[in-house]
Amino acid sequence: MSQEPTADPEGESNEIDVGHLAALARLAIHGDASAKIADDLQAIIAMIDTMQAVNTDGVEPLSHPLDTTARLRSDEVTEHPDPAHFQSGAPATADHYYLVPRVVE
Amino acid sequence: MSEFSSLREMSADLAKGAYSSVELTQAHLERIQTANAALNCFISINAESALAAATKADQQRAQGDQRATLGLPFAHKDIFCTRDILTTAGSKMLSNFVAPYDATVVSNMAAAGMISVGKTNMDEFAMGSSNENSFFGTVSNPWDHTRVPGGSSGGSAAAVAAGLVAAATGTDTGGSIRQPAALCGITGLKPTYGRVSRYGMIAFASSLDQAGPMTRTAEDAALMLGVMAGFDPKDSTSSERHDDWLDGVVANGIAVLDRPLTIGLPREYFSDNPNFGGIEAAKTELEKMGHTLVDVSLPHTESAVPVYYVLASAEASTNLSRYDGVRFGHRCEDPQSLQDLYERSREEGFGAEVKRRILTGTYTLSVGYFDAYYLKAQKIRRLISEDFQQAFTQVDVLLAPTSPTPAFKKNQLTDDHVAMYQQDLFTVPTSLAGLPAMSLPCGFSNGLPMGMQLIAPAFREDLLLELAAQYQRQTDWHLKRPEAVV
Repeated sequence: MSQEPTADPEGESNEIDVGHLAALARLAIHGDASAKIADDLQAIIAMIDTMQAVNTDGVEPLSHPLDTTARLRSDEVTEHPDPAHFQSGAPATADHYYLVPRVVE
Repeated sequence: MSEFSSLREMSADLAKGAYSSVELTQAHLERIQTANAALNCFISINAESALAAATKADQQRAQGDQRATLGLPFAHKDIFCTRDILTTAGSKMLSNFVAPYDATVVSNMAAAGMISVGKTNMDEFAMGSSNENSFFGTVSNPWDHTRVPGGSSGGSAAAVAAGLVAAATGTDTGGSIRQPAALCGITGLKPTYGRVSRYGMIAFASSLDQAGPMTRTAEDAALMLGVMAGFDPKDSTSSERHDDWLDGVVANGIAVLDRPLTIGLPREYFSDNPNFGGIEAAKTELEKMGHTLVDVSLPHTESAVPVYYVLASAEASTNLSRYDGVRFGHRCEDPQSLQDLYERSREEGFGAEVKRRILTGTYTLSVGYFDAYYLKAQKIRRLISEDFQQAFTQVDVLLAPTSPTPAFKKNQLTDDHVAMYQQDLFTVPTSLAGLPAMSLPCGFSNGLPMGMQLIAPAFREDLLLELAAQYQRQTDWHLKRPEAVV
């Protein structure tokens, strides 16, 4: 049994809300750029939707190509990073903290 | 020395004292300095560190070190973290990034005494099939400078094809080693997922990313793989598998293939495309070599591109959330709030294709869409993997085209993203299944190189290399060189 391709698998609007996606993805996208991206995403999603025709009833999802699980290791300290070295490329730091705009007034 | 000497030839020359590693490295650097303006295949050229490493290699040789890899120059794709040297991943976001540590591939190459002369251009965060998505500009194909070299490892492919280096590292998420290898007429090997450590390799899609060698010959690919591969406790998906052939491949080279193989031709990969003349000739050549060709079917091939763009984009949207303007990388000017800092740093730091993929991944992972897209794609991924398992009950390896077309013109596909994604048609199924695959030069179409792809069961890179070496002993496609590179 195969399913028909659909652009709105949950029965919702085909319209892609770029503003909402951009907010989720923490990307500042405005104006003309937003319309162009909506068109691009529409075409990409239409291409992706062709896979909806494949019957996957009873098929287990495959998340790792070789179907193995991540290896665990004992909870031991193996490295002692130097904070100054690791923070040498940071835009703004003080006393080993990263500085960002004030969050709480 | 010739600019087209192989690693093996340079290794033999160094061993007999024909020249020193310093002289060899200097010659490479001079050629890169001359040719890079036209090709743009290097983002950084590391003359000082290369000559220091070459000096050390010469000293080690003088003290009796006879390793085949000692003092051989090569280049790294600029996706591998290098301590104290810029690592950009082709992005404005990381245009100021100096990693605080070396990737395992980088430390493995250095431990083998090999000399990194520079870091090669690439599509931003490895997202692309033309190298046109690099913040550092488009790379030119050495066979025709008006055409793309393929991507994302386009800088590595062009540098090897043009004779700037004999070998370069690459990475392959959906074809980024094999497709540029095909378009530039070189040999490229994507190993089995887990064969080469991903530690320090800037992540695009973690369940697909795999590093491998880009060279002009299968023998050099084997030498590079022998150095790059191996279990790494720092990569949780690194394979603990041990293979004797891999231990010995640097010292001994590729074993001679001592039996005829059954080679499968997946019918979904073949059409009446006129560009596939090279593949037809390769079939004849392989039969002459005693192998048997049989038709097989991989019925879910058509779904591989959509499945890949769901899974890779979803993983990318997650992986790239680390670029926040706080800890490293690009930060916008004068942020007004933390939200503003995040949003403008990412808007300014990422290019258009990276944003498209982040947003595609954000969409398919959204509430209400996860099952219909992400989970559905994971299920089809299993079906694609099972197609290959079924085929390998009948055949030893598979033969297919690497790319649907030879190198296309710059700007030809930049506005048609879906058409660009179709460039990956023949390479993404293997990536989804985690299998090893190799692209070899097999002919020309209107003066442009074409590649054939060999695909093997997991961890059988030995089969690929043995068959590729046999093919390259019988043919000379891998010895064809572009004219007027510089």
